[in-house]
Amino acid sequence: MTLREQLREKISAAFYRHGLLCASYPVPIILFTSASILTCCYPLLRLPLPGTGPVEFTTGVRDYSVPSHEPHGDLGERPDWYRGPPVAYIQQVLVKAAVSPWDSSLVPVDVFRSPLGRVFSLLEEIRNHVHSDSSGSRSLESLCLQVTGLFPGLRRMQSVLPEHGCLLVSPGNYWQNQRELFDSDPDLLKTIQKHEPKGLHTSATLRDLLFGVPGKYTGVSHYNRKRVVTYTITVVLSSYDARFLGSLRARLKQLHPSANCSLRDDHMVHVHFKEEIGIAELIPLVTTYIILFAYIYFSTRKIDMVKSKWGLALAAVVTVLSSLLMSVGLCTLFGLTPTLNGGEIFPYLVVVIGLENVLVLTKSVVSTPVDLEVKLRIAQGLSNESWSIMKNMATELCIILIGYFTLVPAIQEFCLFAVVGLVSDFFLQMFFFTTVLSIDIRRMELADLNRRLPAEAGLPPPKPGPLRPREVPPPPRPSPHTITLQTPAFRNLRLPKRLRVVYFLARTRLAQRIIMAGTVIWIGILVYTDPAGIRTYLAAQVSEQSPLGDSGGAGLPPHLAVAPVFRGGDPTSTLSIHAAPDPTPLPENQSQGHHGSGRSGPLPQAPPAVPQITWGAEDEEGWRRLSFRHWPSLFSYYNITLAKRYISILPVIPVTVHLSPQEAIETRHPQDTRHPPLPVPKVSADLQTDLTLYKVAALGLAAGVLLVLLLFCLYRVLCPRNYGQNGVAHGRRRRGDLPCDDYGYSPPISEISPLLLRGHSMDIECLASDGMLLASCCLAGQIRVWDRLSSYKPKGTLNGCWEQRDGWDGMSSATEPEGFGSEGCDCAIGRDSLSEDEAYPVRRRTALPWPTLFTDQPDLTPLIDTNFTCQPPSHLSTPPRGGFDFGGLVERAYMEHEPPSPSAYPAPSSASSSSVWAMELRGNLIAAGRSSGKLELWDAVEGSLRCRNEDGVSGITALAFLNNRIVAARLNGSLDFFTVEIKKPLGLLQYRGPPGRGSMPPSPCYSSEDVISLQLTRSIQCAHQKPITVLRAAAGRVVTGSQDHTVRVYRLEDSCCLFTLQGHSGGITAIYIDQTMVLASGGQDGAICLWDVLTGSRVSHVYGHRGDVTSLVCTNSCVISSGLDDLICIWDRSTGIKLYSIQQEVGCGASLGVISESLLVTGGQGCVSFWDLNFGDLLQTVYLGQSSDGQGVRQLLVLDNAAIVCDFGSELSLVYVPSVLEKLD
Amino acid sequence: MGDSTVTRSQQQLAVSQQTQQHQQGPYVSVITNRTSNLVIRGAMLFSVGVFLALVLNLLQVQRNVTLFPPDVISSIFSSAWWVPPCCGTASAMIGLLYPCIDGHLGEPHKFKREWSSVMRCVAVFVGINHASAKVDFANNIQLSLTLAALSIGLWWTFDRSRSGFGLGVGIALLATLATQLLVYNGVFKYTSPDFLYIRSWLPCIFFAGVITMGNIGRQLALYEYKFIQEKTHQD
Repeated sequence: MTLREQLREKISAAFYRHGLLCASYPVPIILFTSASILTCCYPLLRLPLPGTGPVEFTTGVRDYSVPSHEPHGDLGERPDWYRGPPVAYIQQVLVKAAVSPWDSSLVPVDVFRSPLGRVFSLLEEIRNHVHSDSSGSRSLESLCLQVTGLFPGLRRMQSVLPEHGCLLVSPGNYWQNQRELFDSDPDLLKTIQKHEPKGLHTSATLRDLLFGVPGKYTGVSHYNRKRVVTYTITVVLSSYDARFLGSLRARLKQLHPSANCSLRDDHMVHVHFKEEIGIAELIPLVTTYIILFAYIYFSTRKIDMVKSKWGLALAAVVTVLSSLLMSVGLCTLFGLTPTLNGGEIFPYLVVVIGLENVLVLTKSVVSTPVDLEVKLRIAQGLSNESWSIMKNMATELCIILIGYFTLVPAIQEFCLFAVVGLVSDFFLQMFFFTTVLSIDIRRMELADLNRRLPAEAGLPPPKPGPLRPREVPPPPRPSPHTITLQTPAFRNLRLPKRLRVVYFLARTRLAQRIIMAGTVIWIGILVYTDPAGIRTYLAAQVSEQSPLGDSGGAGLPPHLAVAPVFRGGDPTSTLSIHAAPDPTPLPENQSQGHHGSGRSGPLPQAPPAVPQITWGAEDEEGWRRLSFRHWPSLFSYYNITLAKRYISILPVIPVTVHLSPQEAIETRHPQDTRHPPLPVPKVSADLQTDLTLYKVAALGLAAGVLLVLLLFCLYRVLCPRNYGQNGVAHGRRRRGDLPCDDYGYSPPISEISPLLLRGHSMDIECLASDGMLLASCCLAGQIRVWDRLSSYKPKGTLNGCWEQRDGWDGMSSATEPEGFGSEGCDCAIGRDSLSEDEAYPVRRRTALPWPTLFTDQPDLTPLIDTNFTCQPPSHLSTPPRGGFDFGGLVERAYMEHEPPSPSAYPAPSSASSSSVWAMELRGNLIAAGRSSGKLELWDAVEGSLRCRNEDGVSGITALAFLNNRIVAARLNGSLDFFTVEIKKPLGLLQYRGPPGRGSMPPSPCYSSEDVISLQLTRSIQCAHQKPITVLRAAAGRVVTGSQDHTVRVYRLEDSCCLFTLQGHSGGITAIYIDQTMVLASGGQDGAICLWDVLTGSRVSHVYGHRGDVTSLVCTNSCVISSGLDDLICIWDRSTGIKLYSIQQEVGCGASLGVISESLLVTGGQGCVSFWDLNFGDLLQTVYLGQSSDGQGVRQLLVLDNAAIVCDFGSELSLVYVPSVLEKLD
Repeated sequence: MGDSTVTRSQQQLAVSQQTQQHQQGPYVSVITNRTSNLVIRGAMLFSVGVFLALVLNLLQVQRNVTLFPPDVISSIFSSAWWVPPCCGTASAMIGLLYPCIDGHLGEPHKFKREWSSVMRCVAVFVGINHASAKVDFANNIQLSLTLAALSIGLWWTFDRSRSGFGLGVGIALLATLATQLLVYNGVFKYTSPDFLYIRSWLPCIFFAGVITMGNIGRQLALYEYKFIQEKTHQD
């Protein structure tokens, strides 16, 4: 044993134990896992919530120093982004200008023309301001942020925004900071409007940028009733110099004193910007998320055969997500802070970790035998997949480790997260998901039990377990019996589908609620933590109320206490709000007279205070009213990003300018007066904003409707299937016979439990079925007929069993007391041979058919009502024991008839020793070929021998029964063609089965009055030189294969030999021919030949097996062969290329069957296995008996309702494949 | 012995399928028609290609890896108008070529034929693009080597067919050549070319893209395969 195998075994054993553990203690393990998830996620609480709004932090101006890069441990309230110098300092000079007193001779333009004109002198003042002290002189040039060139894509801004030098922004930029241009501008508003973008614009516009206050506060319009113009001059500084700024402030204040201004100037606000997500970045992000969801959807879709599909899918997603959270949490715990954008790498992490393992686990557990205990199933499933899981994980870890050595920080971080995520994912899979799975499977079994119980309520409790052991055959049973097929196998399939929808709805609503609650909580937290949010408001409320509670005398008026709400939560504001701006340090600087600017003439002193201009608290931090994208967009024009950085906003410098009407008239442009003095529309300004709002709303609504329409159209285009119409529409089951889905996964074989049909005393030799009846024949020569007619009915309840003994054993049929629950009635018809059985305690195993015996019996045919469709409803109310007893009826018939005397029955004769070698079933006629060379026709319903041919002497090795012809191949190589002739005295055929069903004519039922005769039409004496081994008939052709290496094709009608196909170098062992005239043959040489039946040419010739080809089946696309070497080979039918082969266990049966295009069933030792033909995967193995004591399945018959009948020693085993059943009803 | 039974059930199956097909309506007949199926597949692949081209270009443009004339940049499409159609056409061709070649070589691709796997492949492809555009590498060689390894890993994880590899390499080389010519003629340019006129990771991206589109194409062809099979069966 190699190391690898040892390792493999150890791993599998460990997984097995682990599976047992998980399934044994589900609740403690789930609790433990949840606890560990929560523990690992705990560090995540410290991470900031996702949100893109800027974060603020306020410090005092006076003791401000540039924060160092090193994080300070002790400063708890200092945010971690507040490190290092800011990108820039922003100094705004807020100018409020008005013409006063207002004169009626003034035109509306005067409101803003001369105030705006003042900006140029102010600009000059600021530009030329020089402060010099002991450390040298500083001018604005040396302090301001020097910019170089606009972002390449911004040509149209070039004329407006400064391109070189200081970043100094003011309304003067509209006129290139040149007074002359301003003066010669005929229409100021037009100039301003010119640069506005067309359409709606929500973020910072150029106007906002230049004016520094939101558009509607500027007062630059014709309808300005307050006649105050507000604008700012924004200076962006790269370094902070308190003295220079102080002197500038003092200078401006001196020039333009603001009398009633009480703005505070002792706080600077640092604004930190999160990473900006633009639409351009959003699109790839959204795309990756869409792909992620598609991936999750397609993955979880594969979960099947479990109690609640959605529950498991949810568990799978939870597993992956919480493993990611755990990984982030763990990494944070150990000091690694995530620097990558979490939202961006998240989809990739999910994809890397993947949902595959979870699905593999589910599939593996589900495909374990259902009859095992849940614990064992889980353990087995785990240990089956243990090796592949470990291998996959090792590979992924290796790949990620390789990635780690790329030494690229981003990739390294990704890999670190992925590694931790993988490991925690593994942990969660092993503990969380496995346990959830075990709970689910346990629930499924419980549900099954519950579903079965009601039907069997009136019956004695069935034995547990899916296997239904039947009575021991040998002792003659006094009571007739019927085997009732397990009906839940049909019903199981319909119910869950409906229920699943209900479950789905219920669950999604649950999910919706959870999502809604989560969103509400999230929004709540965001609002709470927002600087201007509820927390400060609450804090203010508290601070307002607490003095009341404490001192009783509220010292603070409420409006002062509430003030900080609008002021960014400055705790000290209430104290200092009354303090007048302290000018004490400033006059010194000023008095020293270090102004290089030169007092440029006598500035017009403001007239005595006019109450027009007022300064309020809202002016203090006017920038707050701007869009939060204001600063990022300003900087982005110069290709400076503010993402993850911060800027410091210095206290604003207020400037009040009063202009005289005289001045205003002087600065007029000649064209200004031409504007008609418009009637002042009172509401227009408001209306304008309102209109914008409405526009936005209307547009949004329209867009929403359009989106819905578009989605609807897309849906119609992509899914033009009309679900639910035309009955079997084309959903996933449209290609009905494929259990394999569109996505190539074919799991849905669930709950396969074999039903054992017992009755034979020796091994079963032949099996035949025509879909309605099933005939079996054992070595002892008994033929039993099993009827499962009822499965075609919508109710699917009627299941009768017939047995017919060779010789007189009577046809017994009745309800079985401990029969399996059938919801309708167990209808059994026929003779109650109770009395006869009592009279003959010893059953004759082998008895000569004795047709004359039946003449002693009363003619019961009028009692047989073969029209099963209409009968059950009328009897539904009456069944005494869940079934019918025709005993009374029959007994009456017996009364009329003279009961036969026991002595009339002949003793078993020795002539009966010939065994049945071949058997065929058509309609209700059984053709049996005996070793003695006799061909017999039996009535399958009544058990009477209808006709017999004893012409041949050589044993019949193979039979074919097609239409009304029977072909018999004999041991001596001769081939006999018989015709079945029916003379109908009544002239009508009775049809079994509902007449409307199916497109196929139902098989005719030969009524017992018919005289059936068997005529030998032709006998080909030397069809083959050696014994004929195989005989197949289809599509009007009869194909024989013989030991003499040849295959012959005959036409059925005239029994004329069409071709002799030579090509094998050994005896023919297997032949397949179907309706499409494809002929495949396999020989002892291990070769498989494909022939064209129309031309007799060989299409392909392949060697696949070492030893005989034992069985051959074709599907539309491939040929499946099995050989003595226990190999199953799958060949491409058109090219003859071997697709793959499956190595089976040694000594498994050679029987093959194809249930559908992609589902193969093979017989093994005491089991049947289902294979997925597309992939060669073993889907499921169904064990036929408790003890798999080496009884191989030799015969395997696929019935057309997707049931499989196979022999299992002396029993017949009926296995339903539920998934394929769905399409039939 | 059971053969006649099998035959009969098959007959029944065929007939029931025929009746089913009568009910199936135009949709299926469109799908089963070979030409229209080809057209549909081509259209789907084309749209996928256009979409991916737009999105991935956006990634590249964000980082100023590619420079297109500035007036186009402000338009909705982040690149010149001809790029998405070109990518779409190329992806349609590749997506149709892959199953075709599979068919001719007689090796139907059976490895991981599921949509979830295809989705995973697409996600990894976008991730590779993302990495090429957003992750800061020390130098170009490192970037190119990493991307090459990732691309090979993509092939190994999702394809593993020799024909896929060969086709991928071939098309990647052709596309690289075409890009070189385009850049040489000044249609557009890269900000920091390190491999003649282009970035050295471009072939890796092309390779990964070919593998991805081939994967999608094969998955789409699987439908046709099934339908055709069914149709021949019915005929």
